[in-house]
Amino acid sequence: MNSLQQWLSDESPETRWQASLGRSWRLLRMLMKNPLALLGSLIIIGLILIAAFAPWIAPQSPIGQDLGNRLLPPSSEHLMGTDELGRDIFSRVIHGSRITLLIVALVAIISAPLGLLIGAVSGYFGGWVDKLLMGITDVFLSMPKLILALAFVAALGPGIENAIIAIAITAWPVYARIARAETQTFRQSEFIAATQMLGASDTRIIVRHVLPLCTSSMIVRMTLDMAGIILTAAGLGFLGLGAQPPLPEWGAMISRGRTFILDQWWVATMPGIAIIVVSLGFCFLGDGLRDVLDPRHEGQR
Amino acid sequence: MSSSPSSLPAPSGHVITPHHARWLVIVRKLLSFLFVVALTFLALLAVTFFIGRIIPIDPVLAVVGDRASNEVYEAARVAMGLDRPLPVQFFAYVGDVLSGDLGRSVSTNREVISDLARVFPATLEMATIGIIIGVLIGVPMGVFAASHQGSWVDHIIRMLALSGYAVPAFWLGLVGLALFYANLGWVAGPGRMDVYFEGLIEPVSGLLLVDSLLAGDTEVFWNAVSHIVLPALILGFFALAYIARMTRSFMLDQLSQEYITTARVKGVPGWRVLWVHAFLPIRVQLITVIGLSYAGLLEGSVMIETVFSWPGIGNYLTVALLNADMNAVLGATLVIGMVFIIINKLSDVLYGLLDPRSAR
Amino acid sequence: MAMLELENLRVSFPSAEGPVDVVKGISLSLGRERLGIVGESGSGKSLTGRAILKLINRPGIMRADRLEFEGIDLLSRSERQMRHLRGARLSMVMQDPKFSLHPVMRVGDQIAEALRCHERLRRRDVKARVIAMLEKVRINDPEAVARLYPHQISGGMGQRVMIAMMLIPKPDLLIADEPTSALDVSVQATVLDLIDSLVTDNGMGLMLISHDLHLVARYCDRILVMNAGEVVEECAAGQLLQATHPYTQGLLAAVPQMVEDRDALPVIDRSRWSGT
Ligand SMILES: Nc1ncnc2c1ncn2[C@@H]1O[C@H](COP(=O)(O)OP(=O)(O)O)[C@@H](O)[C@H]1O
Ligand SMILES: [Mg+2]
Repeated sequence: MNSLQQWLSDESPETRWQASLGRSWRLLRMLMKNPLALLGSLIIIGLILIAAFAPWIAPQSPIGQDLGNRLLPPSSEHLMGTDELGRDIFSRVIHGSRITLLIVALVAIISAPLGLLIGAVSGYFGGWVDKLLMGITDVFLSMPKLILALAFVAALGPGIENAIIAIAITAWPVYARIARAETQTFRQSEFIAATQMLGASDTRIIVRHVLPLCTSSMIVRMTLDMAGIILTAAGLGFLGLGAQPPLPEWGAMISRGRTFILDQWWVATMPGIAIIVVSLGFCFLGDGLRDVLDPRHEGQR
Repeated sequence: MSSSPSSLPAPSGHVITPHHARWLVIVRKLLSFLFVVALTFLALLAVTFFIGRIIPIDPVLAVVGDRASNEVYEAARVAMGLDRPLPVQFFAYVGDVLSGDLGRSVSTNREVISDLARVFPATLEMATIGIIIGVLIGVPMGVFAASHQGSWVDHIIRMLALSGYAVPAFWLGLVGLALFYANLGWVAGPGRMDVYFEGLIEPVSGLLLVDSLLAGDTEVFWNAVSHIVLPALILGFFALAYIARMTRSFMLDQLSQEYITTARVKGVPGWRVLWVHAFLPIRVQLITVIGLSYAGLLEGSVMIETVFSWPGIGNYLTVALLNADMNAVLGATLVIGMVFIIINKLSDVLYGLLDPRSAR
Repeated sequence: MAMLELENLRVSFPSAEGPVDVVKGISLSLGRERLGIVGESGSGKSLTGRAILKLINRPGIMRADRLEFEGIDLLSRSERQMRHLRGARLSMVMQDPKFSLHPVMRVGDQIAEALRCHERLRRRDVKARVIAMLEKVRINDPEAVARLYPHQISGGMGQRVMIAMMLIPKPDLLIADEPTSALDVSVQATVLDLIDSLVTDNGMGLMLISHDLHLVARYCDRILVMNAGEVVEECAAGQLLQATHPYTQGLLAAVPQMVEDRDALPVIDRSRWSGT
């Protein structure tokens, strides 16, 4: 253990691999010194574990109805009570973590590479390519995201896949802006010029050298955006446009609980608390990551 | 910018700008503002056109239903102009929108544009009160947090600001209703006013608080206040979170500047250092932030209005969504989008006009 | 009795390896005279100046065994009491007008504020005094300049505005922190002559901070040489050439001569004394 630590914090690493592992190690140590970031990471790790082991953690089936046990208040048997069909809300919230994680992951997988590519191409080539691409990006940036997502889902039809597509369509422009800004600072650098002299193609330079340079600011931005994505997805679910019943999506669960909010408060409240905890987790982690990776922008969004 | 006479001693680097140049700057900025706004509008129209005409597999089928005969279908297709090439269709669409024709709503059976004109003031009223709350509380909070950086108050304010990004608006609305309306009875429930007041006040401005006062009906006024308080406070919370966070970060940046030390060397009192020397330079940035969060509130009202059955544009939009009333959906999207874009770009222009340093 | 007495001043900043002292126990006393503080950039001169006004910003911490001004114990003064002394009796010309003048306040208002914070005057009188003060720092057409913003005036003029601002409440002691290092060589002498004459006319004390040994020698009566947070040499301006500390000798030698016959300027040999 001790020698591993020594190897990781070696001032003069022998291989590129050791250097990058060592860098990650130092960042991780700095991150863990920030209590909020630590809390955030714990929440996210918890979310991933709960999603992975949902069937074993949840005491009951998320969709099995039990009309005899309708709308029971929270108790030791039903930690979060039961809903209007007698389903155990705790079990549904546990299984709902899978849906949330899926949405967040898919939106990130679609929008980040898209934005990254557009931004990197724009910043690398400059000129009219840059003007055109950034014009489109700016247009999307100055439009209301939620409304745009709503309109897209309205046209595509309700459902979780369409909700994911709609959110991804509204999420990429920020990443394009970041990638462009990063690329521009490196475009003039001797490093890129040297690579060009060695005869590397533009595609190769963008993929091998430019894109990796954007990753740290992209990771910060994506973590900070996760909360927004979760809230939008839950909002779509709440309006009946996202995940459809009987899927235990948290927003849709709140929507079902709306009818009972005055008397059976737990039906709508519990999934909301899950949303808040997970979103806060991403916010805390994102804030901490920014302080470590991107200290220039302390406190700003 | 300057009005300096040319007799001024002008050592190295002294810029003397003629007096009329300021007006040239303003005119140039306004022109470029109009150009950018027009271009963005066109792009917004392209997006709504895309959503309305291209994504749906068959827009005709959506109108005539799937049991229509071939003749009916064809007639509808021609009537909707779908037999023409896409660019032609797009220009026709732009022309329609510019002449105020957003189509007819299937659910209300009225022109979408007149529906929107009717519901918009309700949204404006709520968002405006929300932003006022957000500014009045958020700015002092941010300033206070910055001047007490690292203290426990600062940590609490930071947490509060972060929770603005983590709490779903619709959930907060529901919980608020359950607590303050159903349980404590401090505020009135959903809607803009109690049912028996409906129709009593003739809309003049469309803003109920204003109209009821104009009509001299204080009973309706106070009833409207008790209805708007909760949703406006919730909107205000989200504005506050963003505004406080940005104010704090701007102020921290200011407080580390040399000219703040200069002010303290002069013996300027603490409140004046904070609210004049540090605050003066961030006013312009704050206007941008406030503009952005105002636009954000118009957007956020979609969720809040749905929860509070608030008869505004957000509620109109969600009802239309659930009825697959595409004309109404796209019309509402366009209007919200346009207001959003105008506020967005306007705050950019204001930035340029208000900061003496940028007027060169 | 001396006007300013400072004993064992320490300023430290927290770092990853615990607090680091950047000013390490400086003592000095100053009468109604002109004291020069010299040292290379980063040696702690500005922090010393600010510490005298108790203006060390977080996260920095200052400690001292004694800090007295005209018999007043500054260390025990509250921030509020300090505020009445700052500007009015103890003032400081800040390093670079580009950063230390307020960017969006008119020059005249910034000068007037220094006066208003300490004296109750009618608006008309304030204005008259600001204009008079601008004239005293040799600004032509002061009425017009008072209406300008700092970005509209040159660096030399900005520095004169700064001097006007700090002298208008007639302080007893003026600390001038590199008042000319941001200026063109051609205006440096003008500004320094100005400070010199104002200080002499008002019978004030002056503490002139600079990295330029010869400049300080020309304008001051006594010189302190600082290196890495410590005073390494103290001497009368006239006896500079007899300086014994190798760091001072290094500073002297590193200055280019009018008639230069060396190929390369000598580098200070830091191994000749223990200071780091
Ligand atoms: N805010 C700060 N944080 C950490 N170190 C600082 C800070 N301000 C100044 N220092 C350190 O104090 C030393 C002295 O600074 P200063 O008094 O400004 O030097 P100078 O002699 O050039 O005026 C510098 O070397 C710098 O490293
Ligand atoms: Mg200095």
